[in-house]
Amino acid sequence: MRSLALRTVCVLALLQSFAGSAWAQGTLRIGMTASDIPLTTGQTDNGGEGQRFMGYTVYDALINWDLSSATKPSDLMPGLALSWGLDPAEAAKTKWLFKLRPGVKFHDGSDFTAESVVWNLDKLLKNDAPQFDPRQSAQGKSRIPAVASYRAVDPLTLEITTKSPDATLPYQLAWILMSSPANWEKQGKSWDNVAKSPSGTGPWRLTGFVPRERAELVPNPGYWDKARVPKLDKMVLIPLPEANARVAALRSGQVDWIEAPAPDAAQSLTSAGFKIVMNAYPHNWTWHLSRAEGSPWNDIRVRKAANLAIDREGMKELLSGMMIPAEGFFPPGHQWFGKPSFKLEYKPEEAKKLLKEAGFTPEKPLVTKILISPSGSGQMQPLPMNEFVQQNLADVGIKVDFEVVEWNQLINIWRAGAKDASSRGGTAMNYTYFIQDPFTGFIRHLQCNLAPPAGTNWGNYCDPEMDKLFDQVRNTFDPKEQTAILQKIHEKYVDDALFLMVTHDVNPRAMTAKVKGFVQAQNWFQDFSPITMDK
Amino acid sequence: MLLYALKRLVYVLPVAFGVSIVCFLLVHLAPGDPLTAIMPIDATAEQQAQMRAAYGFDKPLPVQYGIWLFKVLQGDLGASIASGRPVASEVGRAVGNSLILASLATLIGFGFGTFFGFVAGYFRGSPLDRLASVVSILGVSVPHYWLGMVMVIVFSALLGWLPSTGAGPGGSTAWRFDWEHLQYIILPAVTMSAIPMGIIARTVRALVADILSQDFVQALRAKGMGEWPVFKHVVRNAAPTALAVMGLQLGYLLGGSILIETVFAWPGTGFLLNTAIFQRDLPLLQGTILVLALFFVALNLIVDVLQSSLDPRIQRG
Repeated sequence: MRSLALRTVCVLALLQSFAGSAWAQGTLRIGMTASDIPLTTGQTDNGGEGQRFMGYTVYDALINWDLSSATKPSDLMPGLALSWGLDPAEAAKTKWLFKLRPGVKFHDGSDFTAESVVWNLDKLLKNDAPQFDPRQSAQGKSRIPAVASYRAVDPLTLEITTKSPDATLPYQLAWILMSSPANWEKQGKSWDNVAKSPSGTGPWRLTGFVPRERAELVPNPGYWDKARVPKLDKMVLIPLPEANARVAALRSGQVDWIEAPAPDAAQSLTSAGFKIVMNAYPHNWTWHLSRAEGSPWNDIRVRKAANLAIDREGMKELLSGMMIPAEGFFPPGHQWFGKPSFKLEYKPEEAKKLLKEAGFTPEKPLVTKILISPSGSGQMQPLPMNEFVQQNLADVGIKVDFEVVEWNQLINIWRAGAKDASSRGGTAMNYTYFIQDPFTGFIRHLQCNLAPPAGTNWGNYCDPEMDKLFDQVRNTFDPKEQTAILQKIHEKYVDDALFLMVTHDVNPRAMTAKVKGFVQAQNWFQDFSPITMDK
Repeated sequence: MLLYALKRLVYVLPVAFGVSIVCFLLVHLAPGDPLTAIMPIDATAEQQAQMRAAYGFDKPLPVQYGIWLFKVLQGDLGASIASGRPVASEVGRAVGNSLILASLATLIGFGFGTFFGFVAGYFRGSPLDRLASVVSILGVSVPHYWLGMVMVIVFSALLGWLPSTGAGPGGSTAWRFDWEHLQYIILPAVTMSAIPMGIIARTVRALVADILSQDFVQALRAKGMGEWPVFKHVVRNAAPTALAVMGLQLGYLLGGSILIETVFAWPGTGFLLNTAIFQRDLPLLQGTILVLALFFVALNLIVDVLQSSLDPRIQRG
């Protein structure tokens, strides 16, 4: 009898140890480029990185990005909403109905319902709501310009009315993250308190953070998508804004993963046994061309010549392979790429020919001024890259002088527009773009009525034909048909050479060989749930 | 004495007022929008205007200064634009971390600087002097951020002996004086101590060499005094000047270092300033600079009062 009991205890202990090893998959420590822990209350700050590490980890949106594949561009997928579409009973095509996912709970145990969504939208849009949070509103309000009103039809049905028909609403809502109303009440209706103890519905729970130093997240075992319950025991986020400090932290074993290693560190890292993981994602590095009166870029021959003058493969060598040469405004292979007829190839002779037709030669070059910044979020290595472009253009007959301005100042100039005095006569601006949805990818750059100060059409481009295509995007609710129109827009972007399209970043990150299971989605955001750590 | 101290205290007031104006205006000279850090990049002009009004940046500068000063006088340094947290608590935590770092750097820099200085001064012209001089010149000449990076490469990346960044496994709030935490401070403290060590070594060397060549030392030796008592005389004579230099260096160390704290991600005032500068976080920048500047003003006041107590002639001056 005693021996049976002993054996039972041994078997139970063994089972326990197996169970332990199945769940105990270690701690992942990540060195971020941000200088602080992103805002933890729901709507994050710190741009794409904030949403990546503190947004889609702790929270969900009604509509999420599908981050499961590295081989195809990511698209939208159901998040806290199971399905959505226009209300068939409404002819104006402004009323949307969202069927919400049943049984979802916030980390604090409260239920997620349509009322929670209304409460969260009020948090961002309704200045007199008790839960209105200026900090989150500053981050979220501009992401949902289409939203006019909203209401809970029943606990699991939400209605949103747009200001005008707008088929891009699902993309807008993918930005909006849902925080727990019950937790806000529990924390004394103080967002400062919520920041220390937030509650979302996401796959990770924030268990603690030291401002500017570290944040710790643990899995949410009750996450509604069982396939995305994190396998790690813990994930630690450490702000390391200085690139060399990040590399040093990785090499000394203080972190297991760093964001954005400098290209010149890549070779030494790989030879030391670290992995560099990268992939295409909706980012581009361009010169945004001014189309104001008197700009030399109003001549399509000049625009095409510049695009044909760039030795993109040479630039790739300069960046140790950490880029994708541009074939269009979007990375090659993107679902909106289409079939542009103008090929972005390195053809300096053809460029010279086009410039000669336009009245310029290497001896009698076009002289113009370009605004660039010495650094900046997403700008990659702006100084050597711009000098490379400058050299390429000089070879064919475009002499470029740089007006170097600090990154924050460049953002202000970008907002003010090419016609504004702050642009100092610059006819183009080196600017990198987040191009993940129809608005950020296309519309905001070139729609006539978005010229500054109304929007960020910096170059004051205006083409009724393009505006018509934008209207079609907003009025086409069938995803396939909408994609076809977006492809047409991209073809026009490329065929009219509307930007100097140079390259796309590859979102590089370096990690130890112990990090397993990470799939780098073609997206600004990533899924950390499948990751495990080897012992 | 008390009257002198009070007089000096009164002199501090206009200085502090001037410091507050400079702190406030200086940060407004830099280009860029302080709200850039907290707004999506393509926020509309209307949303920008709303935010500007919400943070009071739409008011004229003198009005903004008046409001800021009024709050500062009540101990409220405002809230960081980027993080929303109170500046006073952010600065307080950072000052504490910088003090820990500065204390160790002081021990290392002053200890080795004095040692090398005495060795070099005592054995002037010998290989020991040359060695000590090389070390002190290197300490002064080598850019400390470069030294920091080299130390990280050697001791963290290659040898794996010491961690390269941060203030301990649980962050600075969990700081303890045990090996688990102290190992994080060694590299930044050694790097930070390089310049003071070099300066003190050179000063002490010159002082010791000068004192040793004076007649009274020869007289002491001539009367048969042993080397140890002579050494004590040298120390006593070198101390006032050396201490004055150390005082200046102490101020420099306590102020933190943007470059070193950034290289080692040490969460002190230098790291905080660096972050605030890049984020155009004006309240945080103003608060940090003000606290550091007032810290120096206070240090000067203490030094003045101490000096006057040691040398009453200063009071008369």
